[in-house]
Amino acid sequence: MEHADDLRTEALESLLVEKGLVASEAVDAILRHYEQEVGPLNGARVVARAWSDAAYRRRLLADGTAAIAELGYGGPQGEHIVVVENAPRLHNVVVCTLCSCYPWPVLGLPPAWYKDPAYRSRIVREPRQVLAEMGLALPGDVEIRVWDSSAEIRYLVLPERPAGTEGWSEERLAGLVSRDAMIGVARAAAPRG
Amino acid sequence: MEGFGPVEREAAEPVFHAPWEGRVFGLANLALALGVANLDGFRHAIERLPPLTYLSVGYYGRWLRALELLLRERGLLAPGELEARLRDPRAPAAPLASRPLPPAELGAKRPRLREPRFAAGEAVRAANRHPHGHTRLPRYARGRRGTIALVHPEAWLLPDAHAHGDGEHPEPVYAVRFAARELWGEDADPAAWVHLDCFESYLEPLDASRATGGSHGAR
Repeated sequence: MEHADDLRTEALESLLVEKGLVASEAVDAILRHYEQEVGPLNGARVVARAWSDAAYRRRLLADGTAAIAELGYGGPQGEHIVVVENAPRLHNVVVCTLCSCYPWPVLGLPPAWYKDPAYRSRIVREPRQVLAEMGLALPGDVEIRVWDSSAEIRYLVLPERPAGTEGWSEERLAGLVSRDAMIGVARAAAPRG
Repeated sequence: MEGFGPVEREAAEPVFHAPWEGRVFGLANLALALGVANLDGFRHAIERLPPLTYLSVGYYGRWLRALELLLRERGLLAPGELEARLRDPRAPAAPLASRPLPPAELGAKRPRLREPRFAAGEAVRAANRHPHGHTRLPRYARGRRGTIALVHPEAWLLPDAHAHGDGEHPEPVYAVRFAARELWGEDADPAAWVHLDCFESYLEPLDASRATGGSHGAR
């Protein structure tokens, strides 16, 4: 009989610690990093900067990795980040059909649905249908580009800036930018009226 | 594969759904840093899980089983050792015969030593190749025609070799633009495209006169 994964993990960690291969404190530090320090707020700050600063937006689209590093973000799964920009007639959406590659430095670790076979198999095959099911209805004449990150290049979607946000601070703008908008399965939120 | 149903989103989802998921994430990352496997070898270990296991144990369940598999293959976990510890928390850990060797160089990007074979806008065909080992060319693109959308900078470790410990073999990588209709047939969405990152050796040149083309100016 196979033991539950929580018990297996605990037993495995205890063995690896006793063998001197890993230290539990090192595991703790990794958890702390991904639970507390890295997440979609990083990406939201990048998007808000691009909306506010035309020169930054140009640098971000020309060399995403370098422009993102300007804000202090980088690290594993961010060796080369390409930023793809939405427009009124063009929508970008990101997937990793083969596993669950994701731009960790700007979005943190991926949500469960991004890692599930339903999203991974369907978004390449019927993107307009999947996006509509997820609440993003796109007219048939809007080009959809699905970016399948099958190598070590990672993609971040630059959503369109919502109307009615003229003069907003970057901090306030960042509050409109969800993780899902930067994957491309949602728009940036409209300001509350 | 089909029949997975709708994409189920969870409101206010935690980073890890249970403490053990986070422990597995941390352990696997440490194991890779130790040189138990490289990232490509880890992905291949996940792909080597039995298909029903792959689909039923969830994301971190796959990580846990792939990690166990690699530790056993590297001799860092003795046969039956984990099961003994599960039966009896006082069961001793087997001594290590040898320690893994940490990787000499991290990351997958390497300097490009020659010019890329293809240029943006060029028509290509993805190879129709079905290797038994690891590859990053998904089945849906094999044999299909597309155009080079982006030539990514530098060169990148070839997972097909690197996963199996056969060296780094860095190659240029391209984002290749495939029309949904080329991939999925005439009923597919006429305004949908898949941009897939392809290693250079996955691609063959296609006679320009037979290219399906694709607009690059929509951005």
